[in-house]
Amino acid sequence: MKKVPNRNQFSKILGLSLIAILFSASPLIAQDAAADATAVEAAAGGGDAKKGKALFNQNCAACHALNRKMTGPALENVESRLSEDEGLDREWLYAWIKNSPAVIKSGDAYANKLYAEYNQAAMTAFPTLSNTDIDDILAYTAAAPAAAPATAAGDVQSAAGGSGSSSGVSNEIILGALVLVFGLLVVMLLLVNKTLQRIAQANGIAIEKEGAAKRTPIWKAFAQNQFLVIVTAILLLLGSAYFAYGWMMQVGVDQGYAPIQPIHYSHKIHAGDNKIECKYCHSSARVSKTSGIPSLNVCMNCHKSIYEYTGNPEGPSQEDLENGYTNEFYTGEIKKLYKAVGWDEENQKYTGESQPVEWIRVHNLPDFAYFNHSQHVSVAGVDCQTCHGPVEEMEIMYQYSPLTMGWCIDCHRETNVKVEGNEYYEKIHAELSKKYGVDNLTAAQLGGLECGKCHY
Amino acid sequence: MASNKKYWKNEAELNPNDSIVEALKQNEFVEQIPVDDFLGDKETLSSTNTNRRDFLKYVGFSTAAASLAACEGPVVKSIPYVVLPENIVPGVANYYATTVANGFDFASILIKTREGRPIKVENNTLAKIGGSANARIQGSVLSLYDSTRLQGPMANGEPVEWDVLKATVKAKMGGLKGSAKKIAILTQTYASPSTDRLMADLVAANENVVHVTYDAISEDAALNAFENKYGERALADYDFEKADLIVSFGADFIADWQGGGYDAGYSRGRVPKNGKMSRHVQLEANMSLTGANADKRVAMKPSAQKVVLAKLYGKLNGTSVGGNTSEYDVLVDSIAAEIKKAGSNAVVVTGLDDVNAQAVVLAINEMLSSKAFDTAAPKYIRKGSVKAVNALIADMKAGRVGALLMDGVNPVYSLPNAADFKEGLAKVDLTVAFSTNWNETTEAVQYVGATNHYLESWGDVQIKKGHYSLMQPTIKELFDTKQFQTVVLELLGSEQSYYDYIKDTWSSSVLNGANWNQALQDGVFSADTMVVNEEGAAQNVVASETPTEVVANTSMASAIRSLANTTSEGMELTLYSKVGMGDGQQASNPWLQEFPDPITRVSWDNYVTISKADAVELGVENVNVANGGMDGNYVKLTVNGVSLEKVPVVVQPGQAKGTVGLSFGYGKKVGLKEDMQTGVNAFALYDGFNANQSVSVEKVAGNHEFACIQLHKTLMGRGDIIKETTLEIFNTKNHSEWNEVPMVSLDHQEVPATSVDLWDSFDRTIGHHFNMSIDLNACTGCGSCVIACHAENNVPVVGKAEVRKSRDMHWLRIDRYYSSEETFEGDNQKKDGFDGLSGDNGSLGGFGELEDPSANPQVAFQPVMCQHCNHAPCETVCPVAATSHGRQGQNQMAYNRCVGTRYCANNCPYKVRRFNWFLYNNNDEFDFHMNNDLGKMVLNPDVNVRSRGVIEKCSMCIQKTQKTILDAKRDGRVIEDGEFQTACSSACSNGAIVFGDVNDEKSKVAELKASDRMYHLLEHVGTQPNVFYHVKVRNTNEA
Repeated sequence: MKKVPNRNQFSKILGLSLIAILFSASPLIAQDAAADATAVEAAAGGGDAKKGKALFNQNCAACHALNRKMTGPALENVESRLSEDEGLDREWLYAWIKNSPAVIKSGDAYANKLYAEYNQAAMTAFPTLSNTDIDDILAYTAAAPAAAPATAAGDVQSAAGGSGSSSGVSNEIILGALVLVFGLLVVMLLLVNKTLQRIAQANGIAIEKEGAAKRTPIWKAFAQNQFLVIVTAILLLLGSAYFAYGWMMQVGVDQGYAPIQPIHYSHKIHAGDNKIECKYCHSSARVSKTSGIPSLNVCMNCHKSIYEYTGNPEGPSQEDLENGYTNEFYTGEIKKLYKAVGWDEENQKYTGESQPVEWIRVHNLPDFAYFNHSQHVSVAGVDCQTCHGPVEEMEIMYQYSPLTMGWCIDCHRETNVKVEGNEYYEKIHAELSKKYGVDNLTAAQLGGLECGKCHY
Repeated sequence: MASNKKYWKNEAELNPNDSIVEALKQNEFVEQIPVDDFLGDKETLSSTNTNRRDFLKYVGFSTAAASLAACEGPVVKSIPYVVLPENIVPGVANYYATTVANGFDFASILIKTREGRPIKVENNTLAKIGGSANARIQGSVLSLYDSTRLQGPMANGEPVEWDVLKATVKAKMGGLKGSAKKIAILTQTYASPSTDRLMADLVAANENVVHVTYDAISEDAALNAFENKYGERALADYDFEKADLIVSFGADFIADWQGGGYDAGYSRGRVPKNGKMSRHVQLEANMSLTGANADKRVAMKPSAQKVVLAKLYGKLNGTSVGGNTSEYDVLVDSIAAEIKKAGSNAVVVTGLDDVNAQAVVLAINEMLSSKAFDTAAPKYIRKGSVKAVNALIADMKAGRVGALLMDGVNPVYSLPNAADFKEGLAKVDLTVAFSTNWNETTEAVQYVGATNHYLESWGDVQIKKGHYSLMQPTIKELFDTKQFQTVVLELLGSEQSYYDYIKDTWSSSVLNGANWNQALQDGVFSADTMVVNEEGAAQNVVASETPTEVVANTSMASAIRSLANTTSEGMELTLYSKVGMGDGQQASNPWLQEFPDPITRVSWDNYVTISKADAVELGVENVNVANGGMDGNYVKLTVNGVSLEKVPVVVQPGQAKGTVGLSFGYGKKVGLKEDMQTGVNAFALYDGFNANQSVSVEKVAGNHEFACIQLHKTLMGRGDIIKETTLEIFNTKNHSEWNEVPMVSLDHQEVPATSVDLWDSFDRTIGHHFNMSIDLNACTGCGSCVIACHAENNVPVVGKAEVRKSRDMHWLRIDRYYSSEETFEGDNQKKDGFDGLSGDNGSLGGFGELEDPSANPQVAFQPVMCQHCNHAPCETVCPVAATSHGRQGQNQMAYNRCVGTRYCANNCPYKVRRFNWFLYNNNDEFDFHMNNDLGKMVLNPDVNVRSRGVIEKCSMCIQKTQKTILDAKRDGRVIEDGEFQTACSSACSNGAIVFGDVNDEKSKVAELKASDRMYHLLEHVGTQPNVFYHVKVRNTNEA
């Protein structure tokens, strides 16, 4: 089966370019990162907040955040809070961080209170952290950098808006001028023609319509020429058949299908920006016929600690902002996850009230076609992207491939079977490749085109 | 704020009593549209403006419009788990070992689950003891998803909370404590150490509790005989593999005799090895599955069987046994001679419901010291006591029972004296029935406890002494149900779950230090050391019993006397259980209802089987009507004044003259969908729990339509379908004589059909090449493969009316062939001897004779599924190439390509292709299981559910072979022999169906293909099938 691509492309492009031309004056926003620059040296107690941040992310961030309770308490200004509320000094913190169970055991009142408050889960001991390291971390917790980036980004936006509009205006002016010139030319031509005719009339010259009476009209000539009629009819029929075939072939082919999902899950952020392996979440693709939509507990492996979206280092792009993909938007989507899985952020506990997410299925194979992910992913070692396209660039997941039988078969015809190191293939590959006289068998030669392999 | 404004569309609506408004609230129109008036009236119809052509135009246009409108794909939702259970991978099956123990069937099995749904029953290969999954057990997974199951507890027909029910029962039981009234617990046989302990606890807590065990189909006689002799209420175990000679007096041991489970051992002994196989002599009244497999079958009345048994005992014992007749002396002599020759390699069994007969059989086996006979480790799968049940009924009627709790039994349906029981029920203050389904008993009691299906329950079973199995839930309770044991524990005030209770029992008295988790994973546990000890102990007991031998001898003498003096008057009825329905627990299971009986090939019915001679005498007959369906007359059966009116008749070749047979398990009406209310209730005639009854039969008016899928005709000597020989010929002659390759004429030369080939052959030596071997010696016709195939391949159930039209969908059928002579050879010789059309040896009369299945025909079973021909006739005629051949030998069927011309089905010489006449799923016209969400849960997600208008057929379980290959590829290893299985081959515990890769020289199937007994079905057609059969060998060597 041959797919007829982009039948309407020409008209679409035309239309699109017109629209583009008319609206290209809208602002383009250049992004500038200003988030990190705001790190402030903490005055009290010394310590390098920048180093501290790195250490914090490395060791603490899994359980602590600066401004909210997670598995452990919020750590913003922890030192001053402790000394003010509890009268505990830095030495206590050193002891606690390096070996909290020991502190609890020693019967320390505040330590035991903490222990009880946080579900009797003792904090991991960090004997490897030196006092200087802890100083750095405390310096970071005292620096409070949280609110800065948002305002900075706002400033950048407004600035960028101004500069963007200037380039748009120039285009418009040029176009407008051109349209004006063409208009003028047309008007001038018409005027000249009219003037000439008037002059001719005034001079008494009758402008004869040449041969108007003698010649048969062109349509009549066409109708009288049977050969032409037949050829045109055939061409018309063929043409319409071609288009009809093309139209019918795309019935049921949902290439490009990108439904709106109940939770805006961005593959771009997860697989693209954060480079999470596909099979970390779609783990059943290794062993099962389905790749599996990850269960929500898989999401919570990370999202227990990732409770908000802080954006990529450069801040949201122009396109993102246009679509409303702000940090707040993404954080809101994470909250949707919490609601579905029944995660109480306040108390860092599952409430048990869960609401399964009803995703809209993007890739729908008909029931009569059997497809097994593990055959392709584990055995053949095919990249997910071969069929699913550049998922790591997809903000909204869409169907990249047509998923038609012709598409499957084309690949089976062209793809060599991956036999290296697979004992199963040893004998059959040796014998079959000898029979067919090839070095490497394709999936088709190994029986990958038989009806019964996929239809049963 | 919500508005209280009232809106109306018509003034009439303001009148609250307007009938039209009321009607319109419910219906679209006030009156029914007179569709029937219009369509029923021919005149109006012919005078209408819309003629046929217009109608077709409209249909065409609207279809086209609808399909164009449907081009937009539907939105499919995908809902993942919130928290994925650790051991579930979507799309990958998990297997759990569990045990079925429903009081009738007991077996250790594996359950295949997909995404937490049990979808298939498999045999547990670790289980060496007890039966494997028979047809009913294979089908039991569908009963889990029965839409007519009880969904919660009930009180007087209304739903009630469990707490209320428990409080009521507890209060009543507390009130009865110390009173004279009994609390009776009437249950099935559990054979469960934990439930036994639980019942003991219950008795200990409340001493007026009595536990009565009741088997719907009783083995009371055998249990009593065993108890008298060995002091334990149990059943002797038999290993038919060890027997060279099996003599059976009416014991249907391949089917359900004494709980069944003997067929696998029997089959292993039936395959000729080193020129030897077991010999099987069957004396019986009905043509049973066992009799059909016998080498020598003598059709005789049950009363005559008793006389023969008594005389045989005398002959073996050297004493003379009197009796009224010398009619059977020749037979007795020949059997006795054979037994004497076989010595300890012989075994005698009986299915006669007579304690004397059972005692005699035990004595004979003891006397022979038969190797196949095991009393040291007896079986516990039947415990029911007729005496206790009758005593309970008497107590109930006398008002001596204060509370009655029932579990796993349906006495109002299955008791012969159900009327007495019902009368007694009315006098019991509190009646509670625990049941999975609404039935006759739940209808008659006050409280109904909805119980779990066994796949939702915990449990343990001691099938045989020292051999334990565990039952574990494979799915959470689908409804608000509780298993009986849990409720009892709660009544006892225990906080313990039944799971913990079982674990306690096991760690204290079963496991003996072994690992509980391992036992649970295996599903079976054998206390090996214990068995040895007990065996020693048992032997001691036997030794010490010698002084009492004299007593035993005198009682034996009286037993023999009473047996030998058995007389018979008139017709004798033998009640039996069918392979498909058993005791009728699963009457709501459409797979089992549609399962054709192996012998009569009738589905959706029970009936009286009667011999030809008696049928002629009574003037009843079976006729085959034009559409291929079978019709039969009705008779009225009367036993001791109890009558069954209108029982349909099947004339059964091989039925002993003067006897009739009728199967249990049918005739249920309560709580069943209308389609499932089939047959008549034979329990009404089960007088005194004796399956052998004296009966009077009379013809009554009426004509019954059967759904019979194979006619009762014979093979007419067409030995190329079933090839058969005797052990003597098999051992002495070359295989070319008894397994002849058919010859065809090529260039006027006779050449073997296998050497002629119309087509170019493909090279099939590379890769896998699947073959299936079917050994006609090992196949008993039990049919578990048929149901396994149903479950694996989503084969639809079509219903009685469709089966009658030959539209059954079974991908795998087991053909039953009769042969009019003693052997098939006889038929062949007779056929070859025909000379001319008429005359003594004329074919006109001759074929007529062959067509008549004589009084005692030979029977052969032949499972037939798609033969996966290498030169398939179906493939060449398909106009759309919907069916094609794979390199691995499978004949593939692409349903989505099929346009339903049915050319392939016409061109198939084996008639294995099935056409979907209707859409069987989501269609309320076929109200079985594919039209409701619950029933659909049993569907195998790896196999397509076919739609209307396509041909379907056996795929050689390509989904299973592909999975095996994929697993090996993923592990990067070579596939071992035995890994390739189909649903039927893995269901066949008899070893009759073996599947594998013939290109693997070391595989079993390759070895079987090289056997001398191998032949292909209709070899002369030249289709080169990938399924082959093994010539049936009968051991006709008389001693």
